[in-house]
Amino acid sequence: MAKLTIKDLKKSYGDVEILKGINLNIYDNEFVVFVGPSGCGKSTLLRSIAGLEEVSGGNIFIDDKDITDAAPAKRDLAMVFQSYALYPHMSVRENMAFALKLAKQPKHIIDKKIMDAAKILELDALLDRKPKELSGGQRQRVAIGRSIVRHPKVFLFDEPLSNLDAALRVQMRIELARLHHDLKATMIYVTHDQVEAMTLADKVVVLNKGRIEQVGSPMELYHNPTNIFVAGFLGMPKMSFLQAKVISANSLGLTVELSSGVDMCIPVSSDGIAKGSTVTVGIRPEHIQITDKNNSNFTGRLDVSEHLGSDTYCYVNTDANEQLTVRTPGYYQGKYGDTVGLQVDLRHCHVFNNDGQSLYKLNRSAA
Amino acid sequence: MNTTTLKVSDIKSGKKGESGVMGIAKQNAKISRYLVSPSVLLLLAWMLIPLSMTIYFSLIRFNLLYPGENEFVGLENFEFFVTDESFAAGMSNTLLLVGSVLLITVVLGVLISVVVNQAFWGRGIVRVMLISPFFIMPTVNALVWKNLLLHPVSGVFAAMWTFFGAEPVDWFTEYPLFSIIMIVSWQWLPFAILLLMTALQSLDQEQQEAARLDGAGPVDIFFHLTLPHLARPISVVVMIETIFLLSIFAEIFTTTSGGPGYETTNLAYLIYSQALLQFDVGLASAGGLIAVILANIAAFFLVRLVGKSLTEKN
Ligand SMILES: Nc1ncnc2c1ncn2[C@@H]1O[C@H](COP(=O)(O)OP(=O)(O)OP(=O)(O)O)[C@@H](O)[C@H]1O
Ligand SMILES: [Mg+2]
Repeated sequence: MAKLTIKDLKKSYGDVEILKGINLNIYDNEFVVFVGPSGCGKSTLLRSIAGLEEVSGGNIFIDDKDITDAAPAKRDLAMVFQSYALYPHMSVRENMAFALKLAKQPKHIIDKKIMDAAKILELDALLDRKPKELSGGQRQRVAIGRSIVRHPKVFLFDEPLSNLDAALRVQMRIELARLHHDLKATMIYVTHDQVEAMTLADKVVVLNKGRIEQVGSPMELYHNPTNIFVAGFLGMPKMSFLQAKVISANSLGLTVELSSGVDMCIPVSSDGIAKGSTVTVGIRPEHIQITDKNNSNFTGRLDVSEHLGSDTYCYVNTDANEQLTVRTPGYYQGKYGDTVGLQVDLRHCHVFNNDGQSLYKLNRSAA
Repeated sequence: MNTTTLKVSDIKSGKKGESGVMGIAKQNAKISRYLVSPSVLLLLAWMLIPLSMTIYFSLIRFNLLYPGENEFVGLENFEFFVTDESFAAGMSNTLLLVGSVLLITVVLGVLISVVVNQAFWGRGIVRVMLISPFFIMPTVNALVWKNLLLHPVSGVFAAMWTFFGAEPVDWFTEYPLFSIIMIVSWQWLPFAILLLMTALQSLDQEQQEAARLDGAGPVDIFFHLTLPHLARPISVVVMIETIFLLSIFAEIFTTTSGGPGYETTNLAYLIYSQALLQFDVGLASAGGLIAVILANIAAFFLVRLVGKSLTEKN
């Protein structure tokens, strides 16, 4: 029952504009993840939604009600902070009861809500402990519990898992996904972690320098990034970028010559691309294969290989000294300095024009 | 530190039966004992000699006006000191002075430091001005209050009273103890503010934001987050101030000289007046010992209070 609409939101600190006009629609029961490089304004946007920052322009609506100037407590949303921000002098129970007591709810209702939340988060045994006596993961659960008991319309999370170790992070990630499913609540989540973004999100919002670069489902963003920033930001390891010159353009696609002298025909729309102009070709690691160097006209020299067990990521330098990342099976044993052949899956290549905008892929349905 | 590590190595080497290492360890322990002994002895002498002299003086008749008559009188000095009407007055004045100054400095200190912790124009200069009274000597402080502020004819307060058409108050005659409390509080408030202000800087910002989202107003945040956070620094303020406030002397000496009557005589001033105004060293020594006992009782309760808040897991 909670829809969040952000219209042309601006925020400046002094002369510095941090948010430069954000427009975003978040629908009921959606799990939205904000990603972007450090300092791009993710936290600022989240805090503006929460009412902790005064905005310099634009409006925020919850269910068509303008809350731009409402006090934080009146917005009916709850926030989970990166540092948990538990009240140190109160027990777990008191932490969770605080908001309800302030709202003057009757005692038996408070107790019931706390018991319900404690059951969901498996906090039953910890209710009388102080935050200091809890582990990081337990504190995180209390912080979430504190927001659950209020039954808010929207949950806000600012990098809630970044203080946890890798194993616990995976576990909490799964618990969050389950929680979202159980509570059927609208959630907005800020993270640095690509895996969290890809696995949790219904909708990913990529921010850069105070602007939204692209909004879409994780798969859409991964396979059809609108520009070179989004393409490079999503995916681990990163997409490789190669400079190229357009040789010919027709209805089947664009034929380009890479700086290393290799020709390739990529099935993208060639609208507005002149012969001879320069473009950037983007290829993800999984769309290149290493082949026999004698059977291939595209070769490179093997740099470092990273063995992850399941896969091996090879960094290959082309003849033009551009670096390509290639995913190979885990058993691949290439040696540093080897010359290898490269085979590119042309259907999955991306081409970006001079402004960094993506050219429309002709076989989008196959993506 | 050193000796404990040596002990550990003692045990380990003892198990292996290597007597060589053990011998060195023993020798080291002996040497370190010799090395610390001069300072320990000096400290003992430093404490014990004045204390035993005071105890000795308190048990004999020792009046500078009647030299030679130094016979042993037992606890007579104590009895005399305690039963004198000035003792009851001195005790209650001491407690009243310490208690009121503590109350004023802590309450005002908390409020002022919370206000000054907000961002406003000129905060830096206000902070410096709030702290500065602490650097004024007690004697100077008392003289400034006596001659410039509270003086019934030329004081600032008198001018204010006259301006509003009221009769100027002669503070030191009409409200003597209250005037002393005012002066001492003014002197010690900066200390409380300094400690509490520093403590407030470590108050977590995100906790307050979380509380705001939970619907807490400034008053709720003050009582549920700020005050618990300040419990520890407040108890430190109380303990340190008590130690100094028990022996307030200069402020009384320069303004009221303990009067009128015994109205502003605290224990420290009482001992002084016994020893140097009535030249009775024996009586003053007895008073001094009583003051030591009193200070110890206060220290006992304070250490427990502070210790509790320091060890409390929060
Ligand atoms: N109180 C402030 N005063 C001035 N500038 C600020 C303030 N808070 C944040 N900024 C600036 O706003 C920009 C965005 O900050 P924000 O915290 O939103 O980044 P972020 O995207 O959350 O980064 P991170 O991923 O590192 O948390 C940064 O450049 C930061 O320096
Ligand atoms: Mg941030």
